[in-house]
Amino acid sequence: MYSQKVMEHFTNPRNVGEIPDPDGVGTVGNPVCGDLMKITIKVKDNRIEDIKFLTFGCGAAIATSSMVTEMVKGKTLEEAMQVTNRAVAEALGGLPPIKMHCSNLAADALHAAIKDYLSRSNGKKAEDRGEEKT
Amino acid sequence: MRRVYLDHAATTPVHPEVVEVMKHYMLQDWGNPSSIHSFGREARAGVDEARARVAALIGADPDEIVFTGGGTEADNLAIKGTAWELRNKGDHIITSAVEHHAVLHTVEWLEKQGFRATYLPVDGYGMVDPGDVEKAITPSTILVSIMAANNEVGTVQPIAEIARICREKGVRFHTDAVQAVGQLPIDVHALGVDMLSLSGHKIYGPKGVGALYVRRGVRLTPLLHGGAHERKRRAGTEGVPGIVGLGKAAELARLHFDERVAHYRRMRDLLWERIRERVPEVRLNGHPTERLPNNLNISVLYVEGESMLLNLDMKGIAASSGSACTSGSLEPSHVLLAMGIPHEVAHGSLRMTVGVSTTEEDTDYVARSLAEIVERLRAMSPLWNARAR
Repeated sequence: MYSQKVMEHFTNPRNVGEIPDPDGVGTVGNPVCGDLMKITIKVKDNRIEDIKFLTFGCGAAIATSSMVTEMVKGKTLEEAMQVTNRAVAEALGGLPPIKMHCSNLAADALHAAIKDYLSRSNGKKAEDRGEEKT
Repeated sequence: MRRVYLDHAATTPVHPEVVEVMKHYMLQDWGNPSSIHSFGREARAGVDEARARVAALIGADPDEIVFTGGGTEADNLAIKGTAWELRNKGDHIITSAVEHHAVLHTVEWLEKQGFRATYLPVDGYGMVDPGDVEKAITPSTILVSIMAANNEVGTVQPIAEIARICREKGVRFHTDAVQAVGQLPIDVHALGVDMLSLSGHKIYGPKGVGALYVRRGVRLTPLLHGGAHERKRRAGTEGVPGIVGLGKAAELARLHFDERVAHYRRMRDLLWERIRERVPEVRLNGHPTERLPNNLNISVLYVEGESMLLNLDMKGIAASSGSACTSGSLEPSHVLLAMGIPHEVAHGSLRMTVGVSTTEEDTDYVARSLAEIVERLRAMSPLWNARAR
């Protein structure tokens, strides 16, 4: 059912874990529908310096989590925001149609982590400038 | 690499003696059983013998056995056959929420044709309450269909009690015994059921053949029209190789009943014991004692079913799961949900069904393998990590 690339990422997932003091955290999905993904990132000079994932989910969910972290490590935040769920599936050599929904969380979790970082850093900048937090 | 097959509820290998008998009716006695000549008579003898063997397994008379193309067809014949036959008498069908799709989807389809249905709930173990059956019966009820034992979690239903209630109320009772035959003692006359479905490939027989027990006097509208085969209940030249194969499998199931059941129970209990020793936070799904001897269904918390199955497969171990990702739909097994099992726990379910070939070494290998797999998957799981804090 799964391509060799998918199985490779499933058996040897990259970047598993949780960054202890992350700059951004993105949690998407819902164990009720069978998938939950948590991505933590460390940002330096507008680039993703480090990224880790934790996933509760099937083979496709784990493989796409692993792939998305591999795809964006070292990239700028803008480049990372451009990565789509479809791009992740394609990078894995495709997924069976019935599994496509499992892959939807990977890029979403990444984007959520970046947005979290941005909202934190905006808040921090506002603080530094002595402005009120909105 | 060691290969361990723990999915006997899905299918079983064909017993070599069954293959021998099937070959004979393909290479030697291959006539059409309906033909008058000797070629036909030879084949007819094989079918008759198979019919007697299947009947003996379930305590029926041979002419109460209708051969079909499998368990699903037997379910369809029992349910649709009754609906069409009795539709002037009533339009209400009672079944349970944990039936196999062959029963559920058939009843749902009949609802679209204008029949009414009640899907009885089950308790946390997946068991139907006979009292609920009694309360649900109305003057327009024409059929109650409750499985003898559940394929997912192995829970054994109180069939004798339900059959008694149906008899008292004069309502026809069908039971899908596809998983139960060969594991639970069945005597259809003593039980008092009107119809019973069984399948070849669950009892070391071939795929594509099954049978419906139909109590003498119970009339059905056939699914297949054509020749007068099976006493006009199922048209079509008899699938002789499959039928004689089913017959032989039934005979072996009857002759080896006690030793097989004892073996299944021992292997299944050993497997559970060993898994429990090595894997923390697992729970049993289904009734602890009223369950099929070969069935172990557990939920491994904080981990998802398909990822476990893939890992097990890489170690040569075959099992199944009730998780959404393995169901082909977005929902986990309807059986687990009907039992009130929370979604995330249902997603971590693992069904392992032992068989004749399962050994003690297998149970040890599986337990050790599963422990490694679960540890690895939990290290990756946000739910496990959140809990550990």
